[in-house]
Formats: sequence, structure tokens, C-alpha cells
Amino acid sequence: MALYNNTVMEHFMNPRNVGEIENPDGKGIYGSPVCGDMMQITLSVDENEIITDAKFKTFGCGSAIASSSMATELIKGMSVEKALELSNDKIVEELGGLPAVKIHCSVLAEHAIKNAIYDYAQTHGRKYAGLEGYNPDAEHHDDCEGSEEGGCQGCGNGK
Amino acid sequence: MKNVYLDYSATTPVKEQVVNEMIPYFTEYFGNPSSLYTPGLEAKEGLITARNRVAELINSRPEEIYFTSCGTESDNWVLEAVAEALENKGNHIITSKIEHHAILHTCQHLEKFGFEVTYLDVDSEGFVRPEELESAIKDTTILVSIMMVNNEIGTIQPIKELAKIAHNQGILFHTDAVQAIGNMPVDVKDLDVDFMSMSAHKIYGPKGVGALYKRRGIQIPSFIHGGAQEKKKRAGTENTAGIVGFGKASELARMNLHSHMNHSSKIRNMMWERIEKEIPDIILNGPKDFSKRHPGNLNIAISYIEGESVLLMLDFNGICVSTGSACSSETLGTSHVLNAIGVPVTKANGAIRITVGDNTTEEDVDYVVDNLKQVVAKLRELSPVNGEKGW
Ligand SMILES: Cc1ncc(COP(=O)(O)O)c(C=O)c1O
Ligand code: FES
Repeated sequence: MALYNNTVMEHFMNPRNVGEIENPDGKGIYGSPVCGDMMQITLSVDENEIITDAKFKTFGCGSAIASSSMATELIKGMSVEKALELSNDKIVEELGGLPAVKIHCSVLAEHAIKNAIYDYAQTHGRKYAGLEGYNPDAEHHDDCEGSEEGGCQGCGNGK
Repeated sequence: MKNVYLDYSATTPVKEQVVNEMIPYFTEYFGNPSSLYTPGLEAKEGLITARNRVAELINSRPEEIYFTSCGTESDNWVLEAVAEALENKGNHIITSKIEHHAILHTCQHLEKFGFEVTYLDVDSEGFVRPEELESAIKDTTILVSIMMVNNEIGTIQPIKELAKIAHNQGILFHTDAVQAIGNMPVDVKDLDVDFMSMSAHKIYGPKGVGALYKRRGIQIPSFIHGGAQEKKKRAGTENTAGIVGFGKASELARMNLHSHMNHSSKIRNMMWERIEKEIPDIILNGPKDFSKRHPGNLNIAISYIEGESVLLMLDFNGICVSTGSACSSETLGTSHVLNAIGVPVTKANGAIRITVGDNTTEEDVDYVVDNLKQVVAKLRELSPVNGEKGW
């Protein structure tokens, strides 16, 4: 008996891609410890705009750590363009599902990646359709507010 | 794999002697205690013994004990019943910010019906300040309800002193003693309280049985309406086996009180000494003076990591602890108790509660601390925050 399925537990106990890339091409941070979850993603991107490496550091619950691990696995080898399309639904699907109250943890991973790519685009002078109108500093509680569970209770600010 | 259960404040395993006393009440003495033929009378006999034993644990008279379905029901009953009975005298209730949700949510419910509730602040270790209770009392105050021992941080309140303050103004006093009985001496005569809530499953008895102590002579309406059980105060055919189990657990708790307290506090202290020495950047939440703390309780905030991930990794190694309180695990919010004692949210997110009990051994201490050290180190490796970077 466990709170999470085997895939989630496996990624939680043996997370892939832990750490921080030195001199990354893109770096994104999302969330804050006040909310109970915070994620940092660093990326290496080659001249063909392919993500050659991704690493994460996460402060958060089991599903936040598993989501970070899965998300970084998924985007490695992807083009930046394709990585921008990675949705939290896809992360949840690859993990074989998360409890309803824990869906926001996968949203966090999606956003941390977007922020890292935004940083890459800014520092490398690139433009992507998927980043149009994207504001990396948007209060992440706003996302919680619209979530299916009726608001993120982790920080009490979602409602 | 080794299994180490460290959540005795959530619930306890039922003692074998308790189970053995309960079994015949399912099969042999299964009669309805209200029936007048022999099997009914045998069942009734079981209730009488149980009532005597619970009464003896808290030094009350047996007729002052009313069996309920749980500690939560006892809490609900006393608040709603006093509110109803004294509606004409006033509408003000005083409690504290760190009560169990059985009290807090019932108070919030009463607020919807026009009652006014003062939630007293507590100090940084969770103690209610007696002078604050005194100044919160108004002409309209009808009840003060303060828990005896906090379930998350183990704070033991000065109940005798608080009850005296209420009584000096002619106000009734209730205490939720669910975490107290069996873990410290509890004497309702000495404490001079009017009502007290108790629960069997925290003292090695079965789940789904509780009791309310009601001082003789005080009249309150019933909460569960129906038959004439419990002197017409609590209807419903009695959970005979459960009540018998509560009785046996109370008897054992009384006989073993000092050895239980010594054992728990010894193991708890050993664990804390190692944790404090070997794991950097942690704080102990709740009383630093262990004589004012539940004998088995530790609540520690581990910086830079989040509590649920600690819980999960420990569970993977067969160790059961909780984050804050068992009830919080379904609701992602941080603990209202840690919030009330001023623990910053970043630290409250990394809090775990360890509660030891009769089956915890000295060997367990080493297994647990060795594992906890590894888990904390591993999760801190994963964390984007640390002592140098700060939050
Ligand atoms: C202080 C306190 N009050 C009340 C309760 C509720 O008791 P029960 O589980 O019997 O409803 C608990 C236990 O969860 C508790 O710790
Ligand atoms: S707590 Fe989940 S995003 Fe705020």
C-alpha cells in the first residue's frame, strides 16, 4: 500500500537528472518554499535548439519531486519548440497518474521548464510562438486558482 | 523489512489483553444491554465494569462517565449542548487557536448560528496565557474549552489554573483530554473541570469509542436523540465490545501509567538527543522543558525540505511518522498549530511529528535516527534551497 503508484515512487526514490548545470543556457525557478513547493530547472541547449541536458532541484512533496524527474527525462533530446508544448497532463500521464490534490505539483514542473526556456530565449535572442504573452513572473497562485481542485491549498492563497 | 511505528498520537495498536476481553462480547455476550433477560444483563454487566474502570482512570464517579462513539463526538456534544442549554445566559465561547479540529470546526459551526467565539493565542511553545483567558471573559461567556495536551506539539496546558479562572467567574470549563489520559496523571477532582473528552484508540483500546466526563449535577441536553441509553443522554445501542475494550485499556493505562511514561520519555529523549546532535538546521517545535510535554512527543522542523517527502522516504524504510497531524494529510495546508506558535511557513512545511509508545524500543531509536539522517541528507541534495542560498 502506498500513497503513489510504483512509477511515481520509483521516480521519487531514484530521481533522474538531479542537480544544477554549470553555465546553463537557460535557468528557470518556479514556486516558493512558502507554498510548500519550489522547482529549479537548468538546461543545456545546442546550436540546433535541441535540449541536450536538463537538471532539476526541487523543494516539495513526493509528487513534485517525481514530476521534476519525469519532466526532465521527457525534455532531454527534444527541440525547444517541442519542449514548450509539454503539458502537465503529459507529465501526469507518463507518471501513470497522480492523486487529484497533487495535480498542481505537475503544473509546477511545466512552468519551471517554461521559465527555463524563457530565460534561454531571452539570453539567446530567440523567439517562440509558445512563449508569446508568457510572463515568467506571474504569481503562481493564479494558476492554482483556476485548477480543478478549486484552488491550491498548499499556500492558502489559491482560493 | 523492519517496521517502526512512530505515530502513537494518531492511534495505537490494541493491546492483546484488551482484544481478549472484547471478543466474548461479539459472540457470547452479544445481547442488547437494554434487554432484561440473561444475555442482555451479561452485556450490561460489561458496561458497568467498563464505566468503573474509565472512572477510576480519571478519578471520577462512574455515573459521571457517558460513552460516545469517539473523542470527536464528545467534543461536539459538549460544545453544542452547553451552547443550547445556556443560550439565554450568553452566546460567547472561549477556546484556543491550537485545539483539535473537533473543537475548532464545531466552534465555527456554532458561529453560523450566532455564537461568538474567542480563539485565544498561545505563546511560542503552545501555552495559553492564563491572564489572556481572564481578560477574554465577558458577561456573555458560557463556556471555556482548552485542550489538556496538544496532539501536534505535545504542550501540556495548566488546566487546573485555567479552570479556576473560569470558575471564579461562574463559567463552565471543558477540556479535551484525548491525548492526556494514559500519558500523564489525570484527576478530574483535582483539576476541577466540568467536562472532559476522552477516546479509547489513543490508549491501546479500539477505535470508534470515546467518553465524556460530565460533572454530577450539571444538566446538558443530549446530542444523539433516540433510546434511553446512557441515562437518556446518549441514545443508540451501545458498542458493547468497544466499550468493554475501552474499560480494559483504561485499567491497563492506570496500572501502567508510570512505567509507560518513563519508557516513552526515555525513548523520546534518546531520540531527540541524537537528532539534535547529528542533524543540522532543525528546530524543536513545542515545549523545550520536557516535563511540560507529552512523554512520547517530538515535533521537529527540518529546514530546506518538505515534510511529506520525508514521510514517504521513511515509509519506504518501514518507519511511520506524520507531518503535523494525521488529519492534515488530506488537506495540503500547513498546520494551524505550528502557525499559531509562530513557526514560519517555510519551516512548518518541513515539520514532522514523531510519537513513541509502548512498543518502541531502544534499537528502534538507532534505526530511525540513522534512516532520518540519510533521508534528510538525500532530500537536501535535491533541494534548491539551503543554508547558504537562504530561502
Ligand atoms: C486532541 C484530540 N482531540 C480529539 C481527537 C479525536 O478523537 P477521535 O479520533 O476518537 O474522534 C483527537 C484524535 O484524533 C485528538 O488528538
Ligand atoms: S501551493 Fe501549490 S502552487 Fe501555491
